[in-house]
Amino acid sequence: MTVLLIALGAAVGAPLRYLTDRAVQSRHGSAFPWGTLLVNVAGSLLLGFLVGWPAGPAVSALLGTGFCGALTTYSTFSYETLRLTTGGHRLLALANVLGSVAAGLAAATVGYAVARALTG
Amino acid sequence: MPEPFEPRTDPDVDLRVPADRRELTARPATILAAIAAGGVLGALARAGLQHAVPHPPSGFGWATFIVNTSGCLLIGALMAVLGHLGGGHPLARPFLGVGVLGGFTTFSTYAVDVQQAVVAGAPGIALAYLAATVLGALVAVGLGDAVTAGLLRRVTR
Repeated sequence: MTVLLIALGAAVGAPLRYLTDRAVQSRHGSAFPWGTLLVNVAGSLLLGFLVGWPAGPAVSALLGTGFCGALTTYSTFSYETLRLTTGGHRLLALANVLGSVAAGLAAATVGYAVARALTG
Repeated sequence: MPEPFEPRTDPDVDLRVPADRRELTARPATILAAIAAGGVLGALARAGLQHAVPHPPSGFGWATFIVNTSGCLLIGALMAVLGHLGGGHPLARPFLGVGVLGGFTTFSTYAVDVQQAVVAGAPGIALAYLAATVLGALVAVGLGDAVTAGLLRRVTR
């Protein structure tokens, strides 16, 4: 059952990352990978919330491990940083690393705090 | 003549690459299904590793660290191969890169693991895990790309 829930969450999360990335890029001509940053921050916010909320194993598998896990990505983030570096955009690469880590952590913290505040 | 695969920053989808721009309108259901199928495989592999090597909130998340660094090594290698092939099969990048490796690696678990280690009163572990994952991932992706590109040059020379 857990396996099915993880699979279902991932089957939605991975295509949603691709579609979000496309939508963001079609609105921004920038070399900075805003689309990947957006999915990573949104997924960190939701997972932080789920960890703070008494979510239960089924919801954790579906939304946490499956959906948030597949929506967010480390491989895309690292490859983009590599290409920014080799493409001569070293400052953008550095900003991507520091910005992604700081924003992801902040989002996880906010999500967790909001869930804790709501559950008392 | 093969489609131009460069210049690419984003391995998921880069709208500066003509083939990437066209792929979703050409056959949306096939592309999204390939991404979903790959994402399911990657996520289940990640969940299996996390289940096999659990860690307490105050501990170092070794399973996710291994998942993320190995996934970064593999995306570097995959993109070098696909670049060498001028893009390769039209579903190779969506299935393997966006789906399998994107679904395998995770930024949300990384961020929440760091945050949870801080909450559990282990800021040293949090900082070590935070830094080791970033540095490990960047070294891995560079290594995957450089070693694969080097091998391909030797083989085709």
